[in-house]
Amino acid sequence: MAEITTLTEAIRATVRDGDVVAIEGFTHLIPFAAGHEVIRQGRRGLTLVRMTPDLLYDQMIGMGCARKLIFSWGGNPGVGSLYRLRDAVENGWPQPLEIEEHSHAAMACAYDAGAAGLPFAVLRGYLGAELREVNPNIRDVTCPFTGEVLAAVPALRPDVTVIHAQRADRQGNVLIEGIVGIQKEAALAARRSVVTVEEIVEDLGPRSPNAVVLPHWTIGYVVVAPGGARPSYTHGYYQRDNAAYKAWDKISRERASFTAWMAEHVLGQEARP
Amino acid sequence: MSWTPEEMMTVTAARALSSRDVCFVGIGLPSAACNLARLTHAPGITLIYESGVLGTTPDVLPLSIGDGELCETALTTVPVPEMFRYWLQGGRITVGFLSAAEVDKYANLNTTVIGPYARPKVRLPGSGGAPEIATCCGEVFLVLKQSRRSFVEKVGFVTSFGHGTGGDHRRRLGVTTLGPTRVITDLAVMRPDPETKELTVASLHPGVTRDAVREATGWDLRFAPEVTETPAPSDEELEVLRDLHRRTAAAHGGKR
Repeated sequence: MAEITTLTEAIRATVRDGDVVAIEGFTHLIPFAAGHEVIRQGRRGLTLVRMTPDLLYDQMIGMGCARKLIFSWGGNPGVGSLYRLRDAVENGWPQPLEIEEHSHAAMACAYDAGAAGLPFAVLRGYLGAELREVNPNIRDVTCPFTGEVLAAVPALRPDVTVIHAQRADRQGNVLIEGIVGIQKEAALAARRSVVTVEEIVEDLGPRSPNAVVLPHWTIGYVVVAPGGARPSYTHGYYQRDNAAYKAWDKISRERASFTAWMAEHVLGQEARP
Repeated sequence: MSWTPEEMMTVTAARALSSRDVCFVGIGLPSAACNLARLTHAPGITLIYESGVLGTTPDVLPLSIGDGELCETALTTVPVPEMFRYWLQGGRITVGFLSAAEVDKYANLNTTVIGPYARPKVRLPGSGGAPEIATCCGEVFLVLKQSRRSFVEKVGFVTSFGHGTGGDHRRRLGVTTLGPTRVITDLAVMRPDPETKELTVASLHPGVTRDAVREATGWDLRFAPEVTETPAPSDEELEVLRDLHRRTAAAHGGKR
């Protein structure tokens, strides 16, 4: 049963030091408000999981929340580097960051396997790719029917998945629209989950019979966080603030400007609402 | 109408596509080329981005692979696991259009690290969808600016497999697709030699000399027996491309 609560309470109840945490979103619906609350609560030693770690994970890594990152593409889309991620990997600041690196296809399959309760995912992937040499979690599996050798990766089963969505009803059923990404799989693969939403409504409203809905009994906590995906976007509510993504390039380049920005815009803020 | 080397590159890349293509689009230079093709000679092309959008027709270029514009103008949007499993691994894509930080003599791509993996000099963003795009699409086109830094004898890390060490390396790995069949830069168009698979200059852009392209390449570059001149961009192509960039700059400049 989804409990509808505050962001502070939901994060306190779900995210613990040392957890494997997936704060997912594929450009769209990135749960910035929730991630910022994790930073404010001072969580440490997290293994952060995400296909496309972007600004939010850059911020969490730079603030010292993470000891490991499982990912498949770590950049500022269309802009360039994630300087805090790079500083952690290249120079160990603010602490060394272990990385487990995959391709998108493998991570997508790994979440899918997690949601399906399977121990591993199989794909025709990584052919000739050197990630095989540096990631011991990429292995071979032989098809028992054809003898074809395929790639296998362990299922992703986060301790906690956090996602953002358009809206929930009062029971906590959640509707996700637009680029739905990997969020449904990530939520169903996790032991605990938090969904932040733009609004809670009496009824989810007109939708396709095939709409992506997470039933309330699959979710731990639902939190109203209007604008909770900014500077990413929520389809039907507000658009991606591309200028903010471009501005991050300069803010994040130096440790001092990063730290000052975080102090002002994240640490100095209260969780909304 | 005069043009810049980058416009020459984008127009040439766009011309590689046709209305019959189903194209998996990488962000940046590929995205500009693919949308230019759609807005000029290839209106029937199907553009697919890895965020799950199928048949998208954006009015402005996306900054990321998941901008709202892509979803709003798409035929449909599918979940990411479905994108990679049914559509990419399922063999539905005719062309994968990619870029990279480094490409080598056999069109292998590096988007992972410069320097040792464990202690990188520069940590690049990583694979994204590219390793499977490189092996699952019918063929792969590459577009990137040419320099000694980006065109190296051997990539420091094979993120995505091109032609490996050349010859029949793809076939020996059980890969049945063509792999990189052309590389479009701001100086020239290269194609793999039919036998050795070594990248070889097929055409030089107008005004570009053999020495200039050699100078911008990190290996002893070979030229096809008959090197042609790449056709110059037309006024229409340049106008459509500049309009697209203008609309994009206006859209990305401020909050939308």
